[in-house]
Amino acid sequence: MDMKRDYYEDVQLFSSGVVVFWFILLILFLAFFPFLFKNYYVYLANYMAINVIVAIGLNLLVGYTGQVSLGHAGFFAIGAYGTITLMSLLHLPFLLALPLAALVAALFGFLLGLPALRLEGPYLAIATLGFGLTITKVIGRIELFGGRQGLHAPDLVIGPWHLDTDRDFYYLAVTLTVLLTLAARNLIKTKVGRAFIAIRDADIAAESMGVHLTYYKTLAFAVSAFYTGIAGGLYAFVLRFIEPEVFTLMMSILFLAMVVVGGLGSLFGAVVGACLLSWLDLQLRNILDIPYLGEWLDALSKTWFSITGVSNIQFIVFGLIMILIMLFEPLGLFGFWIRTKKYWKTWPF
Amino acid sequence: MLDFLQMVVSGIAVGSSYALMGLAMVIIYKTSEVLNFAQGEMALISTFFTYLLLETHGVPFYLAFPGALAFAAFLGAFLEFTVLRRAKEPTVLGMIIITLGLEMILMGLVSWKFGADPKTLPFPISAYSSVMIGDVFVSSLEVLTLVVALTVMIVLFLFLRFSKLGVAMKATQQNHTAARLMGIRTRRILMFTWAISSVVGCLAGLLIAPTIMQPYMMWDPMLKGFAAAVMGGMTSLPGAVFGAYILGIVENLFGGYVSIEFKSVVAFVIIVLVLCVKPSGLFARHYVKKV
Repeated sequence: MDMKRDYYEDVQLFSSGVVVFWFILLILFLAFFPFLFKNYYVYLANYMAINVIVAIGLNLLVGYTGQVSLGHAGFFAIGAYGTITLMSLLHLPFLLALPLAALVAALFGFLLGLPALRLEGPYLAIATLGFGLTITKVIGRIELFGGRQGLHAPDLVIGPWHLDTDRDFYYLAVTLTVLLTLAARNLIKTKVGRAFIAIRDADIAAESMGVHLTYYKTLAFAVSAFYTGIAGGLYAFVLRFIEPEVFTLMMSILFLAMVVVGGLGSLFGAVVGACLLSWLDLQLRNILDIPYLGEWLDALSKTWFSITGVSNIQFIVFGLIMILIMLFEPLGLFGFWIRTKKYWKTWPF
Repeated sequence: MLDFLQMVVSGIAVGSSYALMGLAMVIIYKTSEVLNFAQGEMALISTFFTYLLLETHGVPFYLAFPGALAFAAFLGAFLEFTVLRRAKEPTVLGMIIITLGLEMILMGLVSWKFGADPKTLPFPISAYSSVMIGDVFVSSLEVLTLVVALTVMIVLFLFLRFSKLGVAMKATQQNHTAARLMGIRTRRILMFTWAISSVVGCLAGLLIAPTIMQPYMMWDPMLKGFAAAVMGGMTSLPGAVFGAYILGIVENLFGGYVSIEFKSVVAFVIIVLVLCVKPSGLFARHYVKKV
């Protein structure tokens, strides 16, 4: 199934008219989403859009290039702080500050990619992890970035529009998300994307086939950091107020979880995983408000656990999802989708 | 000079708890190539189990501490049996995700049960009494940590070198298939490995708890222990211990002379620098993969 017969079939954006149809439907749905749903869901959609950008960026690195990263909260922080600082200090317009901050993040990604050339497995994990922790610590120390007190986001103005509400912001976030998703899809269909995949499958073999390892590995880190930086810049305006404590190791783990739950090496997976985990994240923050389940958990907490720590159920749920996905469907939700599709295509055999 | 000596001694003391965590991680990584991010939280839950025994059920110390170690051993074996063994086609990243998931579950359980506010573990030795060695102050808890760490190292060394189980563990690590063919039940060996590692981690947890006890207390020691183990080469027990003491001392000196603020991140900078020069750590032979 899904056999490609020539190169052009492989690189085309939509594999069939059906896909075009669904894509247009999706775009229409996204365009009218703020009119159909309550404000809370628009906020949720913004949060999802940002996480989708991060998940796609991280998937380019982890899923396509095969380099593990536990430090993406660092790039996220660089994007957020960079955008705000460029806007409030240098008075740059948002549409210029955001890519500039993301480029700074990409530069850091390149720098982190340099030691990563020689590292793999646990060594790479600790190096990226240390990077994430260090960035947060350093930012928390610099006065320019507000130190421990944090920074307030300036007003968001693009050309003639003042984006004050979640609804206004929604169009910005979703447009960027769609554009960046298409860009990522195109990237992996080019020479660069094929080089990434070759490095993931066997880096020494790829090198002997003429893939420039230094160039492509650092490029993968830089591109991934760029995506995360963009998302970080947007996130600063969702929160309106950022402080170093936001960008924790837990955040990096959550990003990685999104990619893995969705499916490594698949953009569809990254999108679905990010949406699912962001939804769960916001939903589980006030878990006691969920009908029936909330009351039961309340009773459970009072008898066996403590009511003060009830918000930590969030971690238990995330942990369970991560473990169950890895145990039963290592390809994540994307693998699940593939299996379902195959089952119905060949039914009743 | 006195300051310097004092810092080095405190560094050694801190390094001891890093060394215990590092050892615990290396034991698992050596035999199964699993990077166990849940190590700290396994120690955490054992420590809070001890707290529960001591505080809520009024069990005396001489029963509670062995109880805690037994619980830790059971927990390690249980996690290996129920979770790690079930993984299909495990990859390095997949195993990292699984242990991160375990870590979140364990930490979630502990924070759910005990909340985020700090507790104090009733401990036979006060964390604030100290002894003088020459002109240098050392708290008696630090001395105890050092003694326990050294004892664990010696016991582990003797165990791996001379006991039947230890030799079987080594065999499993070197060649899984050959070990199986020689009649070693490698899966059971893995279970033992997790149990032992969990006990070592639990010791570290119990020794850290008198000074700080809350759900996040094991994060820092675990990451530092992990960093130390990576610096030593991730497969070498003496390497992990050596790395831990180096990290502890450098960290304390850095905190004393350069900046107290960046004390906790200097370890990671050292790690990255060391890895740039020796990508597989100081004590492990660099392994080149064949295609």
